[in-house]
Amino acid sequence: MLQGINIACVRGDRELFKNIHFSLEPGSLLQVRGANGSGKTSLLRMLCGLSIPAAGEIHWNGVSIRTANEEYFANVTYIGHLGGVKDDLTVIENLQISSALSGFEISINEAHQALGKIGLSGREYLPVKVLSQGQRRRVALARLLVCKTKLWILDEPFVALDVAAVQLMREILELHLQHEGMVVMTTHQEIDIQSSSITQLQLA
Amino acid sequence: MLVWIIKRDLLLAVRRRSDVLITLFFFVIVVSLFPLSVGPEMNLLRTMAPGVVWVAALLASMLSLNRMFSNDYQDGTLEQMMISPQSLSLLVLGKTFAHWLVSGLPLVLMAPVLGIQYDLPSDALSVLVISLLIGTPVLSLIGAIGAALTLGLRGGGVLVSLLVLPLYIPILIFGSGAVEANMAGIDFAAHLSLIGAFLLVSLVFAPWVTAWSLRVSLE
Amino acid sequence: MSINWYKYSSPSSFYSLAGKMIPVFAVLAAILLVSGLYVGFFVAPTDFQQGEAYRIIFIHVPAAWMSMFLYVVMAIWAGIGLAFNTRLSSMMATAIAPTGAMFTFLALWTGSLWGKPMWGTWWVWDARLTSELILLFLYIGFMSLQAAIDDPRRADKAGAIIALVGVVNIPIIYFSVQWWNTLHQGASVSVNQAPAMASTMLTGMLIMVFAAWMYAIAVILKRVRVIILEREGHTAWVAELQKEGIA
Repeated sequence: MLQGINIACVRGDRELFKNIHFSLEPGSLLQVRGANGSGKTSLLRMLCGLSIPAAGEIHWNGVSIRTANEEYFANVTYIGHLGGVKDDLTVIENLQISSALSGFEISINEAHQALGKIGLSGREYLPVKVLSQGQRRRVALARLLVCKTKLWILDEPFVALDVAAVQLMREILELHLQHEGMVVMTTHQEIDIQSSSITQLQLA
Repeated sequence: MLVWIIKRDLLLAVRRRSDVLITLFFFVIVVSLFPLSVGPEMNLLRTMAPGVVWVAALLASMLSLNRMFSNDYQDGTLEQMMISPQSLSLLVLGKTFAHWLVSGLPLVLMAPVLGIQYDLPSDALSVLVISLLIGTPVLSLIGAIGAALTLGLRGGGVLVSLLVLPLYIPILIFGSGAVEANMAGIDFAAHLSLIGAFLLVSLVFAPWVTAWSLRVSLE
Repeated sequence: MSINWYKYSSPSSFYSLAGKMIPVFAVLAAILLVSGLYVGFFVAPTDFQQGEAYRIIFIHVPAAWMSMFLYVVMAIWAGIGLAFNTRLSSMMATAIAPTGAMFTFLALWTGSLWGKPMWGTWWVWDARLTSELILLFLYIGFMSLQAAIDDPRRADKAGAIIALVGVVNIPIIYFSVQWWNTLHQGASVSVNQAPAMASTMLTGMLIMVFAAWMYAIAVILKRVRVIILEREGHTAWVAELQKEGIA
């Protein structure tokens, strides 16, 4: 279970948000909403332990993520707006290496399967720099298919995706929620994900 | 894990071969400039050789430092490394090792050729190579701290040399000192073991400080 | 009597405390400076080996000491700031750096002035002078790193790391330079090895050391005040202060 207790965020002199509380049970999704510059990405980065909240605590199964460091990170997949995809590596190298670095070593076969599912078959051996924005995004999202983590933290996962890919993404998220996974995501779009528990968190 | 990160960085270096070659040619050019500026007198060149090669090696390894984390920073892979369940220090150690293989080791291999330009006797050449072999990893390890601290800053490249070059001084002194001692017929083992000691100490502490600096820079 | 020290660790109360302390230290610095220079230049006897030129040590030695002390003090404040996340200590470190660099430069300058009559050249690669030069590089590195970073929190932390790395390295650098020096030049007369000192010389020098301390404290406090104003510009108490200033 992921819990945010009284979180506040300060950027420079400005306080972006404060007194943020939430708790996320297995099988549920938390949608973070807010205008540009309201601190959505900052909140996600805090959840990833990349930055420290100005106040408050983030707990994973009752333990602060700062002390539960490695046990927590073994359960998290984060896909930020940068994606974390290397231009000079091929699609398949990207997937294999990035999942290995997050603790899941996968075989060539598994990588092929995942890339096929996300609609990149035939492009496995192309360097990422020749792909379009949407395809790059798919390379990043393919990690969700191979990394068996419980908590997905996604920053604008639908950006740059075409209709088919959005539909695919929705199915992937639904499946993850059915399997007791947890999702925290930001998006501007209305999402019609079929799931029993979707909570919204509005940042001012 | 260490294997994956080293493999990744080497793969990237192979895809960007020109970056590696630029460092190497820079090293060669700087060393070759000295005879042109002080004259071709062999006795003078021979006494200068250890210092010149070492200073050039320092500057050349400086050149590539900036790339150590900045590419990963820009495309978001550095973020991914920081939230990986592995310890960041270990990943940093892997990256530093890959950086040394790509930018330090070529200098070590090229050094004998440059030593010949300066008419170094053959046993001095081998001392030069050994001193570079244990000295250049220290440059990568200490340099990583500077690279991590200046990540994403304007003029990071110049700044990193300002931060790191003073810290390189002991390595420079003992590295070129070892070769000079050998040429003067004095025992040079003490020099080399001191560089070895620096290497051990920086192996233990530098990745940890670098990881810490990365966290500060990315926060 | 118990003093609530925590009260002074908040920038706003430290600001007013520093304001009261600065004149005291400034006056002390001026008095000590005048009397130290008087003792140094008029009371202390002429050195029979070095003539009048040795009198530069009354400035050189305090400057050299201060340059090293201040680096350590700076690293300590920066380290405290990093460990306990106390803003004021990081501000102290930032404020110390320019003064430390100034003393380092002063030590180098007076060292070279002293070198001309002693060695016949303005610059000698003496171990101590070389170490001072490297120390100046370290100060410059610290200041340029902090200047290059826009976010003050990151600047504080990054500066602290480089200051701590520097302070660990200073003994190593010093030792290496010493080794390098004996290997290449043999023992040379060093600026700081003043031969058996007359007691008035020692008195003069000690007074000058205290003068340098008082000066450093006054200037650093002044600079901390400026940094506090810069960083706390958005807070209510600074706005209050500005109103008072205008009124």
